[in-house]
Amino acid sequence: MGPIRESFIFEFLYCHLSLEASCSSVRILNVAFIPEDLSWISFILTSFFWIFVFINAALVGVLVLIWGERRLIGKFQARLGPNRWGPLGLFTPVADAIKVMFKEDIEPTLSDKLIYVLAPILMVVPVFMIFPVIPYGAKTFLTNISVGVVFVLAITSINSLSVLMAGWASGNRFAIIGGIRAVAMLLSYEIPMGISAAGVVIVAGSLSLSEVVNNQVIPNAIFQPLGFITFLIASTAELNRSPFDITEAESELVAGYMTDYSSMKFGLFYLGEFMATIASSAIIVTFYFSGWRGPTFIPSEIWFLTKWVGVIAIFIWFRATFPRLRIDQIMSLAWKGLFELSLINLLVLALMIAIWPDPSGMQLLIMTLVNWVVFFLSIYIFGKILSPNLTGNKIKKRSVVYGLD
Amino acid sequence: MSTELVTMNIGPIHPSTHGVFRMRVTFDGETIIDAEPIIGYLHRGSEKLAEERTYTQVVTLTDRMDYTASMTNNQAYILSVEKLSGITPSVRGVWLRMIAAELQRIAAHSVAIGFLINDLGAWHTPLLYLLREREKILELFEMMCGARITNSYLRPGGVFMDAPDEFWPSLNKFLDDMPNRLDDIENLLTDNEIILARTQNVAILKKEDAINASITGPMLRASGVDWDLRHRNPYDFYEKISFRRPLGTVGDNNDRYLVRLQEIRESLKIVEQCLDLIEPGPVKPEEVPFLVRPPQGESYVPIEAPKGELGFYLVSDGSISPFRCHVRAPSLINLTLLRDMVIGYKIADLFVTFGSIDVNMGEVDR
Amino acid sequence: MTKVLSGSEIEDLLGSNFKNQIEAIGEDYVQVSNDKSLDLFNNLKIDHQYDLLSSVTSVDRISHFEVVYHLTSLQKNESLVIKINCGEGRVDPKVKSVISVWRGAELQEREIYDLMGIMFEDHPNMKRLLLWENFEGHPLRKDFVS
Repeated sequence: MGPIRESFIFEFLYCHLSLEASCSSVRILNVAFIPEDLSWISFILTSFFWIFVFINAALVGVLVLIWGERRLIGKFQARLGPNRWGPLGLFTPVADAIKVMFKEDIEPTLSDKLIYVLAPILMVVPVFMIFPVIPYGAKTFLTNISVGVVFVLAITSINSLSVLMAGWASGNRFAIIGGIRAVAMLLSYEIPMGISAAGVVIVAGSLSLSEVVNNQVIPNAIFQPLGFITFLIASTAELNRSPFDITEAESELVAGYMTDYSSMKFGLFYLGEFMATIASSAIIVTFYFSGWRGPTFIPSEIWFLTKWVGVIAIFIWFRATFPRLRIDQIMSLAWKGLFELSLINLLVLALMIAIWPDPSGMQLLIMTLVNWVVFFLSIYIFGKILSPNLTGNKIKKRSVVYGLD
Repeated sequence: MSTELVTMNIGPIHPSTHGVFRMRVTFDGETIIDAEPIIGYLHRGSEKLAEERTYTQVVTLTDRMDYTASMTNNQAYILSVEKLSGITPSVRGVWLRMIAAELQRIAAHSVAIGFLINDLGAWHTPLLYLLREREKILELFEMMCGARITNSYLRPGGVFMDAPDEFWPSLNKFLDDMPNRLDDIENLLTDNEIILARTQNVAILKKEDAINASITGPMLRASGVDWDLRHRNPYDFYEKISFRRPLGTVGDNNDRYLVRLQEIRESLKIVEQCLDLIEPGPVKPEEVPFLVRPPQGESYVPIEAPKGELGFYLVSDGSISPFRCHVRAPSLINLTLLRDMVIGYKIADLFVTFGSIDVNMGEVDR
Repeated sequence: MTKVLSGSEIEDLLGSNFKNQIEAIGEDYVQVSNDKSLDLFNNLKIDHQYDLLSSVTSVDRISHFEVVYHLTSLQKNESLVIKINCGEGRVDPKVKSVISVWRGAELQEREIYDLMGIMFEDHPNMKRLLLWENFEGHPLRKDFVS
C-alpha cells in the first residue's frame, strides 16, 4: 500500500471504513465496519470513491474553464462575457454541453469506422490519468509514482495519435492534410518539452513529482527561466492553442481534422482540449512554480489552486492577445529556436549541478544569476539569428513616409 | 515523389471572406498556383434601378453599395449631380459633408484594419477595440441624420438636416479621445513580431503594376505612388485643408495596414480643421428644386473614398431620372491583381492578402 | 486641380498622326473610330503619360452603343475622355479590348459585356462577371424587360 497511506484524503476515508488498529488516531466518527484482514476491500472502496471524485472534478473543472475563458477574454476585449444563463453566466457551459449533445450525429461513409469512433475517445481518456499523479497539497494526492515526470510527458503525447486517427478516418483529403500538419507540429514541440522537463529533473534529483515539488527551494520559474519559457511555449503548442492554433483555425482555410465530427464526438474533442489545458497548467505549477509550497498561514491546497488558476489565466491571455503563426513559421520556431534553447538550458544546469551537487544559500543565488544571464544572452542571440529565418527574409519595424507637397 | 495539384473552392459562405466572395484556388501542397475570383453573389442591379428613380431617390441606392462607407458614396454621387445640373452647394452644407466624409473614412478604415487583424488570427481582440471606436462614430451619425449605417444624408446642394446642438460637444470629445486609443492599438499591433512576420514581404505590389491595373486608394499609396484625389483634384473645400498623405515603401501587406492606420490620424486632423472653419448658415440652398432636372450632358467627378477612387458617371437626357448611372467601383478594380499577388505564397497568406486589399462586396457587385 | 481637357485640346494633344481616326469632337470628349484604336491608346499612354485608366463604361444610345474611356495622367495631373461608337443599329457591337494597354480594363470590360452585351476582341477571359453563365440577355440595355 506504501506511500498512498501518507495522503491525508485517502487516509481519512480508509480509516473510516476499515477497522485497522493503526487508524484509530485518524477516526473522528465511529463508523468503521470492515475487519482488518479484509482491508483490501476498504482499499478498493476508497480508491474507487476518490477516482470517481477526481473524474467528476475534472469534468466540472472543464465546465468552469469554458465559462472562465469566455468571461476573461470578454474582459480583455472590453465587453462582458456571457452573462445570460444563470448568475454571471455560470450555466453557459451547461447550455453548451446540452447543445452539443442534441446536434445531429452525421455519419459520413467512411473507410474505417472503428478508428473514426476511437479517435475522440483517445483524445479525452488519457488526460484523466494526469490528475491523480499531481500533488495538490502537502498531504493531498492520489498516487505517488516514482516516475511521475516521464509518465506525465508520455500522457501528453498521446493526443498526436488521436489527431492522426481523426484525420485519417475521416476519409476526406483536406482532413488528412490538416491532420498530418497538426501531428507534425505536435511532435516537433514535444522535444523542447521533454528537454526542459529534464532540466527540472536535474534540479530535483528524482523523477517523482512530489520530490520535484519538495526539492524546489526557489521556484524553477525563477531558477531556470530559459527552461520555463521553452516549456510554456511548447505546452501552448501541444494544447493547440493560440498562437499555434492552426489546427482549429484550419477550418477557416482548409477543413481541419475535426470537420467530419459532429455532436458528441466533436464535444469530446472540445472537452479533451480544455481538460488538457487544465492538466498542463497543473503540470506547469508542479514543475516550475513549486506546486503547493508557500507560507504556511494559508493551507497548501489553496496555494496550489491559486497558482493553478494563474497559469490557466496566462494561457487565456496568450489566446486573447496573439495572432496566429503560419505552419512553416511554427516548425521554424520549434526546430531552430526552442530546441537549441532547451539544450542550452540543460547544458548549463547540468554543469552547475555537477559542480555543486547540493546547492544552498549563496550557491543557489549565484546559480540563479548565471541562469538569468544565459537566458537574456541566448534569447538575444537566437532572436537575431532566427528573425530573418522565420519568414525567409528580414523583418524589421517599419513606418510610413509622407508625400511631399 | 509524385504529387498532384488540388483545386478547391473557397465558397461564397466563409468566415474569412468579407461578404459573399468565391475563389477557385489551386494548390501544390502548400503553395498557391492559381486563384480565380468569382463574384456576382450580391448583384442587385443598382445601375439599372437608378434609371427608374429620380435623382434624389438614387441617393438611397448609393448608400447600399459600399455599405461600410455610405457618406462618401453619397458624396461622390451628389458631386456628380451638382456638376451636371450646375447647382452651387451651400457653404455650411459642404463643411458638414466633409466632416461626415472624414468621420466615415475613420469608421471604414477601422473596419478594414480590424478584420485584417482578425484574419491573422488574433481572436477578435483588436477588432473589438476598433469597433468600439466605430460605435462612437455611428452614434455621431445617428445624431446628425438619424441613421447609423445607410445614411442618405446628402442631397443635391448640401445636406438635408443640420447637426443638432448636442452633436458638437460629442464630436469634440471623440476627437480628444481618439488619438490616445489609436496609440494603444498601435502599441499592441504595429510592432508585434507575429504580425510583422505574417505580413511583411508578402504579396508585394510594385508601382508600375499598380498604376497599370488602375489600382487607386490606400492600396496605391502603399506601393509608393503619391496620388490622393483630395490633394490633386480637390473637391468641396479640400484646398483649404492641409493634411499629409502616408505612403508605403515596399507595397506588401504590412504597408497597406500601416497606410490605413496613419490615414485615420490624418482624418482626425482634417475634422479638427473643418470644425475651426465651419460657419453657420442654411444647409441647402432654397432654390434647389425638389425634382432636380439637369440639362442634357454627362459628368464624372471622382472622389477619394476609403477604398479608392469612386466616381459616378452620369448621363442625363433632361428628364428627372438619370439616363445612365455607372459606378466606378474601386473594390472591383482593386481585385484585378489579387491573383497575381498571391501566386507563389502559402494558403495562409491568401486571406491576409485579400483582407489587406479591403474589398466590400456591396461595391464589387453593386 | 486636375485639368479636364476639352475636346479641342484633346485633338491638339493627339496631333496629326491620328487626325483621320477622330470622328467627332464634343465639348469635353473626343470620339474616335474603332480600327487602330490600340495605336491611339498606346500613343496616349506612352508618349503623353496617360498611365491611369480611371474607368471604362458604356452607354446605350438607342441607335448605337457607346464605350467611354476616362483617362488620367498622374504626372501631368490631367484627365480626358475618349469615346468609341459601336453596334450601329444595335447589331453586333464589337470593340477592341484595351487590356494590352492597361491591365485595369480586364474586369470592367467583362462587366460591360455582361450587362450591355458589347463584345471585346482579344480579351483573354470574355465571360460574364456579375450574372451567372446561362443568363440570357443583357440587363442594362434599354430594351431589356425582365
